[in-house]
Amino acid sequence: MSAGRTGLSPVFRDMKRFLYELSESWKIAASQMRSNLTRSTLTALGVIIGIVAVTLMGTAIGGIQVGFDKSMSIFGDDVLYVGQWPWKKVDDWWNYRDRKKIKTEYADALNRMIAMTPNSNLMIAIPTSSVIRSVKYADSEVGNVLVRGTVSDYIITSTFDFKEGRFFNDLESRGGANVCVVGYDVADALFPSASPIDKSVLINGQPFKIVGVIARQGSFLGLFSLDSIVVMPLPAFQKYFTAKSEADILVKVKDKTELAEAKDELAGLMRRVRGLPPEKKDDFSINEQQALKSTLDPIKNSIAVAGLFITGLSLFVGAIGIMNITFVSVKERTREIGTRKALGARRRTILLQFLIESTALCLLGGIIGLGFAFAMCFLIGIAFPFFPIQFSTGLVVISMVVSILTGLISGFAPAWTASRLDPVTALRYE
Amino acid sequence: MVTSTRPVGPLVIDIENITKDYVMGEETVRALRGVSLQIHKNEYIAVMGPSGSGKSTLMNMLGCLDTPTSGRYEFNGKNVAEMNDDELAAIRNREIGFVFQTFNLLPRSTSLRNVELPLIYAGIDPDTREEMAAHVLHEVGLSDRMNHKPNELSGGQRQRVAVARALVNRPSIILADEPTGNLDSKTGEEIMALFEDLYQRGNTIILVTHERDIAVHARRTVHLRDGLIETDHAGFIPELDLVALERP
Ligand SMILES: Nc1ncnc2c1ncn2[C@@H]1O[C@H](COP(=O)(O)OP(=O)(O)OP(=O)(O)O)[C@@H](O)[C@H]1O
Ligand SMILES: [Mg+2]
Repeated sequence: MSAGRTGLSPVFRDMKRFLYELSESWKIAASQMRSNLTRSTLTALGVIIGIVAVTLMGTAIGGIQVGFDKSMSIFGDDVLYVGQWPWKKVDDWWNYRDRKKIKTEYADALNRMIAMTPNSNLMIAIPTSSVIRSVKYADSEVGNVLVRGTVSDYIITSTFDFKEGRFFNDLESRGGANVCVVGYDVADALFPSASPIDKSVLINGQPFKIVGVIARQGSFLGLFSLDSIVVMPLPAFQKYFTAKSEADILVKVKDKTELAEAKDELAGLMRRVRGLPPEKKDDFSINEQQALKSTLDPIKNSIAVAGLFITGLSLFVGAIGIMNITFVSVKERTREIGTRKALGARRRTILLQFLIESTALCLLGGIIGLGFAFAMCFLIGIAFPFFPIQFSTGLVVISMVVSILTGLISGFAPAWTASRLDPVTALRYE
Repeated sequence: MVTSTRPVGPLVIDIENITKDYVMGEETVRALRGVSLQIHKNEYIAVMGPSGSGKSTLMNMLGCLDTPTSGRYEFNGKNVAEMNDDELAAIRNREIGFVFQTFNLLPRSTSLRNVELPLIYAGIDPDTREEMAAHVLHEVGLSDRMNHKPNELSGGQRQRVAVARALVNRPSIILADEPTGNLDSKTGEEIMALFEDLYQRGNTIILVTHERDIAVHARRTVHLRDGLIETDHAGFIPELDLVALERP
C-alpha cells in the first residue's frame, strides 16, 4: 500500500496520526477565526473582559499578599511577644481580662535566667511600653503618635532602617535621657524641610531631643501607619508618661528554626518569673508573627476568594459566549462533520477539532486580555504608586492556563455533541 | 435470459437479508426490507430505482456510515456489525471512497488540502500526503487546479476533486450516490469517463443513478423497489431498466 502506512508500530502510528490531526485542527481553527472575524472578535471580547477582570483582581490580591507579608515582617520571624492577650480571637475574653499585667521588670528577670541557662534558645528579652500622645514642634503638632519606651537593645529585635541619625545608646537608655527616635511621618509632619536631628520635640510638655529618624515603613495592613511613632528610653518614658510598668516583652530567639522550643523555654521562664505552681495554667500569652498570620490568613483568603469569585463570573459569562459560538459552529458545519466522518474522521478527531476551536478562541482572548491587564497595571502603577498591584509571571501562566481551561470546558459540550453525530444524519442535515 | 456474469475477483461486500427501519414517532419507515448482495473486486455496478426505494440507505449501509437494523454484513470477510466506532471510521478511511452528489468539499480549503483530508485521518506524514494528493489530482486531470478553492472550480472539476479525494487512500471500493446528479450531461459524461478509467484500472465502483445514460456505463445493474431488490443482472437492459427511470 502507500508509503506512510508501512513499517510502523500501531501505537507510534496512532501517535503520529494524533499529531497530524492536532495540527490540522489548529489550522482549521485559525481559518475559522479568520473567516468569521466579527463573530470571533465579539465572542473573544467576552473572554478578554473576563481575563482582564480576573487578572486585575489577581494582581490586586498579589498586592494585598505582598502588603500583608510586609506588614507581618515588622514583627520579625524570630521574635516572641509576651503579653496579656493572645493574638487571636478568644471567646472567653473574661479569663484574659483578669490576668496580671506584664511588667517591664520581667525583662531583667528573664535576661538573668537566660544568662544562667546553658544552651538557651533565647537571646534577649526587651521590655516595651507604649502610650498614644501628640507630638509638637514649634507651631506644628501631630496627634495619635505611638510613644514607646524601651531599651537600647530594642534595635536588635526591630526590622527598621534609619533615614538619618541613630538609635539611642545604652548610656542614654539606662540614664533615661530625654532623647528620642521619630518615625518617618512624625519627622515629615514636623520638619518638612529641615533635618530633625538634634531638634527637640515636645511630648506631654516635655522636650525630647531627636537623635534618629526611622526610614519609612508604610502601614500595617493599611490600617494604621507604622511611621507615626516615637521611641525613647524606658526610664524617661516611665517618668513622664506612666508610673505603672505595664509592658510587652519582646524576646529574640537565637535560632528561628527552633521557635517552638524557644517558645516552650520562654513559657517555663515566665512561669518561674510569675511563680506559678505546676497545677496552674499560664497567666500570660506568648505570641509570634506566625500565629498572627494564621489568624489573619483566613480573612485575607476569603477576601481573595470572594474577589476572584466575583470577577470569575465575568469570565464565566465569556465562557458561555464561547460555548454558544461553538454550538453555532457545530450546527453550521454539521454537513462538514458528516463529510469528515465519511472520510474516516473518528469521534476523537471531531471532538479535538471543536475543542481546539474553542480553546484557540479563548487563548486568543486570554492573550489580548492579559495585554490589556498588563497595560492597565502599568498605568495604575504610574498613577497610584502606593496602590498594591503585583503583576507576576506566575499570573501570566495562570491566566493562560485559565484561558485554556475555559476553552476546553466551554467547548466540551458542543464538541462532544459534534463527535457523537451520526454520520448519515449529519450528511443529510440541511 | 437474465444472467449474471461470473465475477473473477475476490468477494468485497457480502450482505445478506439487510433491513433498515427508521422509527419516526408512531410510524416506522422500512427503507430496506431484506436486501442480499454480493460484490466482488473490480465490479462496476449501477444501483437504480424510484425515489425513496432505499438506494441511498443501501449505499450508506455499504459505506459503513449507517448500521443495519438486522441482517449480516461482511466487508472483506470482516463482520461489520461487530466493529466499534473507531474501526468503522478506519474502514471508511481506508477501504471506502465516497463521492457525493453535492461534492461535499471543504469550502475554504484548496483542492490539494481537500484531497489530503483522508490521508490526515490515516496518519500519513505531510510530505507523503501532499505527494499522494498531487498524484491523484493529476490522475483526474486537475494538475493545474491544485491550489484552487472549490468556489474557483466548475461543477465538473469539483466532482473530480471529490473523486480524487475518494481515490487517494486506494480504497477497496468507490461508492458514488448520484455523482452526476448536480452536473449537466456533458460534464456528467466526463465524470463517467473518469469512472470508466478507474474501473479499467481495477477499481470497484458502485454508483446510484436515475439516468439511463449514466447507468449504461456500468457492467451490472441492481434495481431497488420499496426496499427490496427487484432485479440484479449484468449489463444494462433497456426493456428492464428503463422502468426505473420514471420517477413516481
Ligand atoms: N433518516 C431518515 N429518517 C427517516 N426516514 C428516512 C431516513 N432516511 C431515509 N428515510 C426513508 O427511507 C426511504 C428510502 O430513502 P432513500 O434516501 O434511501 O431513498 P433513495 O432511493 O435514495 O431516494 P432518492 O432517489 O430520492 O435519493 C424513504 O422513504 C425515506 O423517506
Ligand atoms: Mg438518494
